[in-house]
Amino acid sequence: MRLKYIVPILFISLFTVACSTDENDTPIINGIENLVKIQEITNNDHTIELYNKTGKFNTGYNSVTIRIKDNANNSYFENANISWMPMMQMPTMQHTCPKSAIVKVTDKNTLYEGFIIYQMTNTDGSGWSLTFNYTINNEDYTATDTISVIQSEKQNVTSFMGSDDTKYIAALIEPKDPIIGINNLMVGLYKMENMMSFPVVQDYKILLDPRMPGMGNHSSPNNTDLSYNTADSMYHGDLSLTMTGYWVLNLKLKNSENTVLKGEDVTDQNTQSSLYLELEF
Amino acid sequence: MKKCFIIGICFFCSHILFSQENRLETKKDTTILQETIVIAQRKLSNYRQEKTLSSIDAYLEKANQVTMIKRGNYAWEPSLNNMVSDRLNVTIDGMQIFGACTDKMDPITSYVDVSNLEQVSINSGQEGAENGHCIGGGIDLQMAPSKFHNSGLKTSIDLGYETNGNYKTTGLDVEYSGNKFYLNTDGIFRKSDNYDAGNEKEVMYSQFQKYNFSLQSGYSLSDNNVLEANIIYDKATDIGYPALPMDVSLAEALIISVTHRYKNGSARIKSLESRLYFNTITHIMDDSNRPDVPIRMDMPGWSDTYGFYSKATLKEKKHSLLINLNGFYNKSLAEMTMYPNDPNQPDMFMYTWPDIRTLYTGLYINDHIALNPSESVSTALRLGIHRNKIAKRAGVESLQIFHPNVKESKSCFILSLSGAYTIKKNTFDATLGLGYGERAPSVSEGYGFFLFNSFDNYDYIGNPNLKNEKALELNTKVNFKFDALKLGITSSFFHISNYIIGETDNTAKPMTIGANGVRLYNALNHASIFDVYLNTTYNFSKQISFNSSIGYNYGVESNKQNLPLIRPLSYLAEINYNTQKFNAALQLEGNGNQSKYSSFYGEDETPAYIVLNLNLGNILYLKNNKLVFKYGVENILDANYSTYADWNNIPRQGRNFYLNASYILF
Repeated sequence: MRLKYIVPILFISLFTVACSTDENDTPIINGIENLVKIQEITNNDHTIELYNKTGKFNTGYNSVTIRIKDNANNSYFENANISWMPMMQMPTMQHTCPKSAIVKVTDKNTLYEGFIIYQMTNTDGSGWSLTFNYTINNEDYTATDTISVIQSEKQNVTSFMGSDDTKYIAALIEPKDPIIGINNLMVGLYKMENMMSFPVVQDYKILLDPRMPGMGNHSSPNNTDLSYNTADSMYHGDLSLTMTGYWVLNLKLKNSENTVLKGEDVTDQNTQSSLYLELEF
Repeated sequence: MKKCFIIGICFFCSHILFSQENRLETKKDTTILQETIVIAQRKLSNYRQEKTLSSIDAYLEKANQVTMIKRGNYAWEPSLNNMVSDRLNVTIDGMQIFGACTDKMDPITSYVDVSNLEQVSINSGQEGAENGHCIGGGIDLQMAPSKFHNSGLKTSIDLGYETNGNYKTTGLDVEYSGNKFYLNTDGIFRKSDNYDAGNEKEVMYSQFQKYNFSLQSGYSLSDNNVLEANIIYDKATDIGYPALPMDVSLAEALIISVTHRYKNGSARIKSLESRLYFNTITHIMDDSNRPDVPIRMDMPGWSDTYGFYSKATLKEKKHSLLINLNGFYNKSLAEMTMYPNDPNQPDMFMYTWPDIRTLYTGLYINDHIALNPSESVSTALRLGIHRNKIAKRAGVESLQIFHPNVKESKSCFILSLSGAYTIKKNTFDATLGLGYGERAPSVSEGYGFFLFNSFDNYDYIGNPNLKNEKALELNTKVNFKFDALKLGITSSFFHISNYIIGETDNTAKPMTIGANGVRLYNALNHASIFDVYLNTTYNFSKQISFNSSIGYNYGVESNKQNLPLIRPLSYLAEINYNTQKFNAALQLEGNGNQSKYSSFYGEDETPAYIVLNLNLGNILYLKNNKLVFKYGVENILDANYSTYADWNNIPRQGRNFYLNASYILF
């Protein structure tokens, strides 16, 4: 029994050491020690470095840490004003996706952060490009490049048509590392106004019913429905997970008039709502 | 708390240093409501005799107030005064040991065998608090004391066969006994296939196989001081539980202890016995033998206990004092892994016992005062500090789903008090006892997470906020003797407040596929349990005697609902014929109809039954060697029956012929 614990710990420690030595040549700079570089987007003057935990863009919610390097002297800017525009090129049209504004990381001088929610991708990860428009010392710059977005294994984002004939996107943001216990569930909900605009949907309600299809589709106790929080413009609720494994978070979306826009109750006949997110741990 | 434990160990170590000369034999105090079952492995006993190679369980079942809850043909769970594991204190020779199964499939009585023990001491109610806190009573499985017989080498071989279930038993016992040193080693192997219920109906998944090995050794340091070491290793595999949805592929225990004994008949301190012990249990539940299960799962559990006790007996004028300082530290961990039928899904995992650490230190004092030759008073007190800690963060978090205010650790103070008055005259003796006892919630009751109970078909969740259960107890025992007739009545009454039991939580959905719902452990305001037994013995002659016993039990909770697992009217009658070399007994045993059952906790009305048994025994002497035969028929009429104590009404064994032979070489 003791060996059972020691062996995985040994392996984990071995592999984590291996990972950190394996990184690229950039010297480790305060604030990004635990992050992996996704990609660099360059123009003539600057290099925009993109980081996150995995070093990859996946469909669903991606939090991104950004810094801009002055190619002339390899220093990082502290006073940039940045905006971004992800774009998916389809055969006949193009569209963007929900995203946040880019803000400076508090108590870090050169780091900026924001998030992008990719609702889909091509099977080979192609199709998306990312454009940065930014201002440094009152001078405007732009940089653009194609990026690769990998399809997530589980459905952590879903786009759907509501009964009000509006297209919505819901994305799972928290928990990132689920625990057996009560998790703070955070979901982002966006409306597709047009191809280029995905504003936050406010003051709706998302009903939650987590289930385990692998174990008789049982649910868990003491979950709470998600409600809108104006502070972070996200939907929050309690998600209790009684064990590790594959969970389906069955959802029902209600607007502020309490009309159901999407999703059904889970019953013996209907094992899954048409609106759902997936989670595995 | 930890300090107490350390002080205890210091105390323990210190007394090894002092020793005095002189010696005199002292007899151990027998407590008042004690019932002692002698494990008469190679003797002919004439009272409710059994096969020599019976399991401990079968021996225990012979005691009046004990019934065994059966989930299969192995590892029965003792119930004393209609109370099971959590309310009892079951010890092996004073050593605390806790089963590693969340579903009570391994009562600790299953980790020892007859070859390890000499007798079982059963103490009802607070009389059983010598080794730890309890409500229903204490069961101490006692090993043989020092064997400085100077009898040299002795070997015994035991063989047993039973037709029902093709049950084979083999045992070997080698003992070397000198004046200064002894060494006893024994092994026993048992294997049974599925047994047949009455009318030759095979009970599937009732097989088992186990072996037990023990080593006991002692060295006499001086006239007064003895040092002993003891190891028991017990391993059972392939155990079927027909009443449950899962079986056990491994139940393994290692029990180790070192004991120092000091004896001095002429000094004020008559004896001092101190022991350091350790035991570890691994219990692996699995369902790989079951063809149809909704989902495959593994449920392993581990329980490790480290402990000590130091026991002193003192005699001063009218007072006989027993002082027992003890402490233990237990780690209980159990987990569940479920394998989804869809191979793309990951395994599902949870802690069912999230590594619960229990630290206990306590002191027991018992004073027996002989008022005059015929009257005596006995008082006892146990004080203890009990601390539980959830070592796994995941355990705290998972319990917070149900109990948001769970704390990582919790301490409580536990008290037990009892007193008894005994009068002994030529024609009668009587005892009246009063007791007050408390107990801390068990690991399952406090911290269990989705423990499936197949009896009421609910998932159970522990409650870390439970208060201690408290019991007020009254007991009496009266015996009359008229020449050949002996009449005895024993009775006890318990009023239990904060009675811990499951309460349905209608908001929660069960995890187990097919379960009815979820129950949270909670405390009922109170519950009352009453039992009375009338025992009769009549000696027709020196050889022929008649025994009978009738018992009535009653249990009701504060909402006037029946408690589960309360024994219905029970009776037993036995005619014995007994000579030096031969004995025979015809037994009639039965229960009345169980009309007061608890449907809420999964019981249904169990019909009355009667079974008839015949037991015979012979002793043959061959030169210096002795051959003991025990043979007979159990359930002669091949009745197909089950009792109130059979989990999910699994039927008991049908007709069974058995033969046990013991060959003792001096």
